[in-house]
Amino acid sequence: MAHAAAAHSAHDTTHGHPPTSTGLDNKKIAIWAFIGSECMLFASLISTYLIYKGRSLVGPYPHEACLPPVCSTPLKAILNIPVTSASTFVLLMSSLAMVLALSAVEMKDQPMPQGFGARLLRSSRLWLWMTALLGTTFLGFQAFEFTSFVHEGLTLRTNLFGSSFFTLTGFHGAHVTVGVLWLLTLLAIDYRRGLGPKDALNVDIAALYWHFVDVVWIAIFTLVYLIK
Amino acid sequence: MATTATAPAYGPTDSYVGKSGIWAWLTTVDHKRIGTLYLFTSLFFFIVGGLEAGMIRWQLAGPNKHVLSAEAYNQMFTMHGTTMIFLAVMPLSAAFFNYLIPLQIGARDVAFPRLNAFSYWVYLFGAMFMNFSWFIGAAPNGGWFGYAPLTTMQFSPGLNIDFWVIGLQILGVSSLAAAFNFITTIINMRAPGMNLMRMGMFTWNAFVVQFLLVLAFPVITIALVFLLFDRFFGTNFYTIAAGADPLLWQHLFWIFGHPEVYILILPAFGLTSEIIPAFSRKPIFGYPVMVYATMLIAFLGFGVWAHHMFAVGMGPIGDTVFGVTTLLIAIPTGVKIFNWIFTMWGGSIRFSTAMKFAIGLVALFTIGGISGVMHASPPADLQQTDTYFVVAHFHYVLFGGSMMGIFGGIYFYYPKMTGRLLSEKLGTWHFWLTFVGMNLTFFPMHFSGLLGMPRRIYTYEAGQGLETFNLLSSIGTAVLMVGTLIFIVNFFRSFKAGAIAGNDPWGGGTLEWSIPSPPPEYNFARIPRVTSRYPMWDVKTPALTAEVPHTVKGDTRLDVDVASKHTGHAHPNPVGNEPKQVAESGMHIELATGESAKDLGIPMPNPTIKPLLCAAGMVIMFSGLLFIHKNNMPLALATIMGGALIMIVSLYGWLLTPLEDAH
Repeated sequence: MAHAAAAHSAHDTTHGHPPTSTGLDNKKIAIWAFIGSECMLFASLISTYLIYKGRSLVGPYPHEACLPPVCSTPLKAILNIPVTSASTFVLLMSSLAMVLALSAVEMKDQPMPQGFGARLLRSSRLWLWMTALLGTTFLGFQAFEFTSFVHEGLTLRTNLFGSSFFTLTGFHGAHVTVGVLWLLTLLAIDYRRGLGPKDALNVDIAALYWHFVDVVWIAIFTLVYLIK
Repeated sequence: MATTATAPAYGPTDSYVGKSGIWAWLTTVDHKRIGTLYLFTSLFFFIVGGLEAGMIRWQLAGPNKHVLSAEAYNQMFTMHGTTMIFLAVMPLSAAFFNYLIPLQIGARDVAFPRLNAFSYWVYLFGAMFMNFSWFIGAAPNGGWFGYAPLTTMQFSPGLNIDFWVIGLQILGVSSLAAAFNFITTIINMRAPGMNLMRMGMFTWNAFVVQFLLVLAFPVITIALVFLLFDRFFGTNFYTIAAGADPLLWQHLFWIFGHPEVYILILPAFGLTSEIIPAFSRKPIFGYPVMVYATMLIAFLGFGVWAHHMFAVGMGPIGDTVFGVTTLLIAIPTGVKIFNWIFTMWGGSIRFSTAMKFAIGLVALFTIGGISGVMHASPPADLQQTDTYFVVAHFHYVLFGGSMMGIFGGIYFYYPKMTGRLLSEKLGTWHFWLTFVGMNLTFFPMHFSGLLGMPRRIYTYEAGQGLETFNLLSSIGTAVLMVGTLIFIVNFFRSFKAGAIAGNDPWGGGTLEWSIPSPPPEYNFARIPRVTSRYPMWDVKTPALTAEVPHTVKGDTRLDVDVASKHTGHAHPNPVGNEPKQVAESGMHIELATGESAKDLGIPMPNPTIKPLLCAAGMVIMFSGLLFIHKNNMPLALATIMGGALIMIVSLYGWLLTPLEDAH
């Protein structure tokens, strides 16, 4: 480090950029600032959901049945925790696939190991596809959930629960969608010219975003689905 | 993974320095040009907001006047507040962030030059979008705070609030993008030796403001999303009949709104903290304490929001907590006031126009701060809330604080930006007219407020003792306008007629004064090495910085050992702070050479139109929402999809094109 800086300062009138103050790439710092901002975004959404919990005047409700006379026809508790547990598991696994994708990109220029399993672990395309596929599966679960809720009589307009639930989980779903598009973009680059260690930073940033979206889902799953 | 320390070597690129013409401005990614664009645009909107204020004061000059209808008055005060906050003072600060942060930290540009251009174009198009509402007679009319449920479809069925909600959403994108950029720039692009505790006070204040932006804007984004969804998609966030909490908006808005107050004032504090030391010929008094006070103000700023809501009846515990936290903020703010006074104390003060404005800030902000402390007491606030007393208070901090600081900053930095000085004679007129006009306008409002005159009401009856105070306020506004007119004349005349400034017309201590005015596109031909808080004084007037901490032992990034003048090793026995040695350590003054970045082999980012297209696409996309209101779904979808397409295509084009030509 000191050596690089010394070599550099000798030429700072000529080529290249001076080293960064922290030694980290600018993009790395910016994505953390962005994630900080996103924390406040989801904190506002989740707080509103929690504030409005139990304040809906009509059903369906998340955790308890709505019986006459409040609801003209009896409505069961709407959240399907087993199904959402499955989709949560899928999303968590996508984070694992993302870690493997990043590791595969970082090790691109090292010699291929022997053995099928070890070679599989070194395929960036496989793990990027896997991450995108798991993310899409999660979105599929969400589409299924939203559709069945609408069939059971819960829309954005029905009650406070519907408004705050669909807005919160919809925002999260939109974030997952952006993440999937990001992964597909990386895949396109991988097929066009091959991702290598010099791209690891860009993959790392996509991974940070992806993990963040995962962590937010853990908060949502706990606060919205699991806690009654 | 070594993506770190040294960036790859790039070759020189085609320089566009000296190229003028509209295309060069539309495609610029140079932080100085973007700063200049911010400055001109925000000054324009400052004048627009001032004319709106003029209409308000004309209407209120006497009782029962009908210059404006009640509806037009609502639009006028809403747009006055919104314009001054989001289209004038915030972007005026952004002009200085853009221009000064890279110069003060010794960088050649911001971290993400194209994102920087994007921020500006989003701001410009967002501002145009919001003001377009005037031309179809539907300017926002719900106050700058837009309280829901008043602003829901049920109570505000027109397009007015749609322009406001969508406009603010757009402007939020601009502020957030800029904040990520400046945080990264300040953390990561400082010159060797520019430790955090050596940064210029303006850069420090700007740094803290970026964190406020990053943490506060998402909250209003969500509040606005709820309002948009309520208005367009029938959600119930603010529908009281569905059980919604009537205070939800107020809480979300003020969790953003109070930090916003510090977003507006801290940049002006930063400018003042540059001006006062320069014209007192003394380092800032208590530099570390100034830094901590800034951070403390920002931190406490997130814990006081409900003092805007004492009148809603939160109960004794809520009132007490927010009253106490509000009082606490007076402590770090008071620290700043006293530090400015102690900086001037014993200094050899030159009363230039910039210094007059800076001292004006210290005096007037103190008055506004004191009335702010009065509001911190819930029983007192209950009497004052929604009266002109509050209007007096926040204009003392916003005009007397932010605008005085920004005017001071313009007089101080205009020579750096243009190479020419503003006229001190006209500046003196500008200052005194502004100072007198400002006090004449806002001081009587304390009294009309205490007499019970309510805010946001378009007229008042005669015989309540309000006539004289209101007439005085209106006369004061006229004086302010004359002052501003003189400023505009000065501003434009001095482009050609001003005296040549040279590098350092004021004898400033920070890095921006070491380079030519206006700076070349690359700012620094050689990246400076910084050994103290006032590197320029180290070189020119070392006696001024004898008591300021200096680098005394080896610094690996600096690659010098100042005390021993050997490179790369820590000196075992540092000799001390002899300024002469510091001066020889690599800090230097650069003269205007006319050499381009290409001549010097300095890599510069290529100009590009894509950030502008991306911003335009985004604003088109947002504006498509208006057609939903008009129940024209095909047109709405076409506009939204069309805008999104332009945005995404130009975004991909932007991201897949390298910033600069590879070697």
